[in-house]
Formats: sequence, structure tokens, C-alpha cells
Amino acid sequence: MELCGVIGIGQTKHDTARTDVSIAGLVREAALRALEDAGLTWSDIEAVVLGKAPDMFEGMMMPELYLADALGAVGKPLLRVHTAGSVGGSTAVVAAHHVQSGRFKRVLTVAYEKQSESNAMWALAPKIPFQQPIVAGAGGYFAPHIREYIRRSGAPSDIGIKVALKDRLNALKNPFAHLRMEGITLEQVAASPVLWDPIRFLECCPSSDGACAMVLASEDVATRNEPAWVLGTAVRSEPLGMAGRDEINPRAGRDCAEAVYAQAGIKDPRNDIDCVEMYVPFSWYEPMWLENLGFTEIGTGWRLTEDGVTALDGDLPVNMSGGVLSSNPIGASGMLRFAEAALQVRGRAGEHQVDGARIGLGHAYGGGSQFFAMWVVSGEKP
Amino acid sequence: MSDPVTGIITPVRLEYTYTPGVAASRFLKRIASKEIVGQKCPRCAKVYVPPRGSCPKCGVPTEEEVTVADSGTVTTFCIVNIPFAGSVPVPYVSAHILLDGSDIPLVGLLQEVAAEDVRMGMRVKAVWVPDEELAPTLLSIKYFTPTGEPDVPIEKIMEYRDA
Ligand SMILES: [Zn+2]
Repeated sequence: MELCGVIGIGQTKHDTARTDVSIAGLVREAALRALEDAGLTWSDIEAVVLGKAPDMFEGMMMPELYLADALGAVGKPLLRVHTAGSVGGSTAVVAAHHVQSGRFKRVLTVAYEKQSESNAMWALAPKIPFQQPIVAGAGGYFAPHIREYIRRSGAPSDIGIKVALKDRLNALKNPFAHLRMEGITLEQVAASPVLWDPIRFLECCPSSDGACAMVLASEDVATRNEPAWVLGTAVRSEPLGMAGRDEINPRAGRDCAEAVYAQAGIKDPRNDIDCVEMYVPFSWYEPMWLENLGFTEIGTGWRLTEDGVTALDGDLPVNMSGGVLSSNPIGASGMLRFAEAALQVRGRAGEHQVDGARIGLGHAYGGGSQFFAMWVVSGEKP
Repeated sequence: MSDPVTGIITPVRLEYTYTPGVAASRFLKRIASKEIVGQKCPRCAKVYVPPRGSCPKCGVPTEEEVTVADSGTVTTFCIVNIPFAGSVPVPYVSAHILLDGSDIPLVGLLQEVAAEDVRMGMRVKAVWVPDEELAPTLLSIKYFTPTGEPDVPIEKIMEYRDA
């Protein structure tokens, strides 16, 4: 397998409504930044891999066809990836495979969502024939699982509030973040309305417009560009309605982590990984995924949050960028996690840089905690 | 010169004929006579309600039909405080209910109980629409309501998960 390095990273300013650009303009903004970072032009790119959340969100079927011009993909291989909310991550994995296969030397990968032109709540609450409409959007789906995590782990009820505050404070250091809540306090988060008990309003991700892009390159090209080397990639999934399935600690997530760690030579994730950018759309998912990813014993993820281990200056910083809780252009959200891990190990994360970050984990999940994508990147050539 | 067009809103509508398939059709027809049926996997013995005709874990067809109770246990739940188009009035409790005899919870509406009184492990039963309104749809179950039986211990509830 060929080596693959991330040599260009670009993202848009994420916002509630980017009325200044079309969807094509949005993806192009991120792609141009990634190309500029890589020191390449459109003609250098050999293939394009695009990801976004389900077509029903913006109501645009097969948007990759419409976006081919904007992404300089006309006449080039163009592939669309679909894996619900994890799609930004699995899109980057597919792009990495394009390079690792030896077939392409320079691949552009892009993911986006323009939620202001979509209605995710509607798209996620379809009227299913012969059933009562009672599951209200993603929050309505995940709240019962969070309640079960809290019961099982015995976590104090304020852990979700602490995660929400940490991520929003990290976002203040990220110029691209959507939510910038200067002066936000624990009290403010705690006092926000409970939408889907036990989830409070300020423990939820926003609805954002945004895109992310990366240029991935083969060893000979990448070596000149201080890349983030891809040490491992993995994707796993499991059926939504499977009897006996543990939605709180899904097997697919555990298997995905095991696979990506094995490829990257990671024996002890807690010590071997310097920073983690994970998909946390509702704050309680930080402790839940810390356990699922093997950073701590089952039932103890919340202690890492409570002890400040996951803070930007902690022992295992999590969601340095402000995470999904601060910017959620759904299709791009997974790729933003992967890109942040790469930014960190390249030492280019600016104000939210973790000192000496060498190995980073990017994580994405989607559907009903059933689709997982991960990569491990390093600033040092393997 | 007029302002440039920066966006358009075009409402979309999709009309379709829903075909539930053999297993779900049998389930829906039996619902009309207040009977809840599932299917048991010949390999792992898990009972799926509603039945899907196959087991997603074993990848084999499920043919054995099993009748399950219209009562069960709340495994977890959430209290919905924000309304959405077509929802029941808030706050309402959306609960995962493991029907007696089934191995997978279904999501149901809990009523006739204050949201703050709902507990994991609470015993509940289906409240059906009047007989003359029974039809092949889950809407034949108006909602679930507590039976008043003692709660099921959490450890017992957990047994349905493979973990
Ligand atoms: Zn089976």
C-alpha cells in the first residue's frame, strides 16, 4: 500500500446561513483554500471524492453532478460517498484509499451541507405510514440513549453541561467556528431549556452552512508539503434495528477503533494519541465515545471530562476546534473532525493548537450510532 | 436594476404507494384484531417485533410467527418538550418499550402518566382504539399506559442486550 499524506486543508466560515454563496460557491470556497494550502491548482488534481448527508436535506438529488464544474471535476473521476452523518469521515477515507491504492497522486476531497437551504428536522422526521410520529429529529432519537448512559455509568448530571461549555470556549479560538458565545457560563448552559429531556438546548449542535476540503497526496508529492501522514483508516457499520444491539456502546464503533489502532500501531490509545477530534452532536456523546474508543474503562468516560483531561490544556484534549457542538454543517462535520486531527499534527491549528501534538484521531459517526469512520494521522513519516 | 436572485425556495412533495412487504403486512393485518405478532430467527432465536422477514444479525429468513403480549417494560425514554409538525401536544414521553416475548424494543407514546413519574423499568400496556376503529396500522394502539405492576429491576431489563 502506498503512503498517503494530507497536504492541503481548507474550510469555510461556518454560519447559520451563508446567504452570500450558493452550494457551489460554498464547496468552492473550501476547495480553493485546500488547494492554496497544498500549493496546487485545479489541473493538478486527478480525482475528486465528494460527501454530503442524505439528498433529502436540501432536496437535491445527486448534487455531485451539479457540483462537478465547481469542483474542477469535469472529465475526472468523481465519486460521491453516502454514510449519513459519518459521511465526511468516510469520504476522507475513500479519498485516502484512492491514493493508497497507487492509482492517484493528488486527490481532492470535499464535504458540505447548506442547512439554511434544507430542513433537517423535517428530513429526519418523515411520516412513516402506519406509525405514530413521535421521534422528533436527532435529539428525540438520541435522548433515550443518553438517559441510559447516565443510568449505566452513574455520571453526575452536569457532565453534559461541562462538555458543552468546554467546546464552546474552544470555538472562540477557532475563526471558522459557527457559534462564538463570548462569556458563556456553566449557569447559562444549565439554565437553557430542556428540549428532549435529558438534552438541553445548549447541549445541542447548531444547524450550520459550511464545507471542508482536503488534498491528499502520494508519498513523493506529500513529502515536500509537511503533511499529516495517514497511519490508518477504518469504516464499520451495524444495522439500526438489530435485537441485542447496544446503542450506548456500539460494536461497530469498538471494531472500527480496534481496526484503525492496529493499522496505526497504537497499543494504548490513552497514551499513544495526543489529541482527539470526535463527532459529538449532543454533549453527552463525549464521555460515551471516550469509552467506545477505548480511552478509558466502560462507565468512566465522564471522569475524564470532569477531571479536565479533555480540556484544550488537558492530558487528552478532545474537540479542540469547538467540535460539532460549535459548527454542524452535517455532511462536512465528519471531514472537519478528520481535518482538525490533521491540522493538529501539522502544528497548524493556530490558537487551538495542542502543544507537541504528534498523533491525532479523527472520528465520525452517523445514523442511529451505526456508521463509524476514523483515521489516525501523524506529523512524522511512518 | 433589480436585486440579484440569491436564493429560491421550492416546496417539494413526494407521493408514493407504500408496500410493507410480506412480514410487515401480516403484522399490520393482525394489529387490526388487537394481536401483535413478531418473527423468531431460526438461528439466534431473537424475536423481532415488528417482523422484517429476516434477521439483520444472522442474514437468514425469519418465518416462524410468534404472538407477543401487548404489555411490556420501559427500557428507556425521553420527554419531548418541543413540538414539530404533526406531533402530539408537548410535553410527551416517547418510550422504548420491550413487549413481553419480544427481543427488540419499539418506540411508543406513553400517556395517562405525568412525565416526571415515568421510570426505566416501568410496566406498561397498550391502550387500543375502540373496536370499530381498529385498522391495519400501529395507530390502532392509541398509546401505552402504566399497568401499576411493580417495576422490573434494571438488571433484568439489560438482559435483552448482547453488550
Ligand atoms: Zn438471528
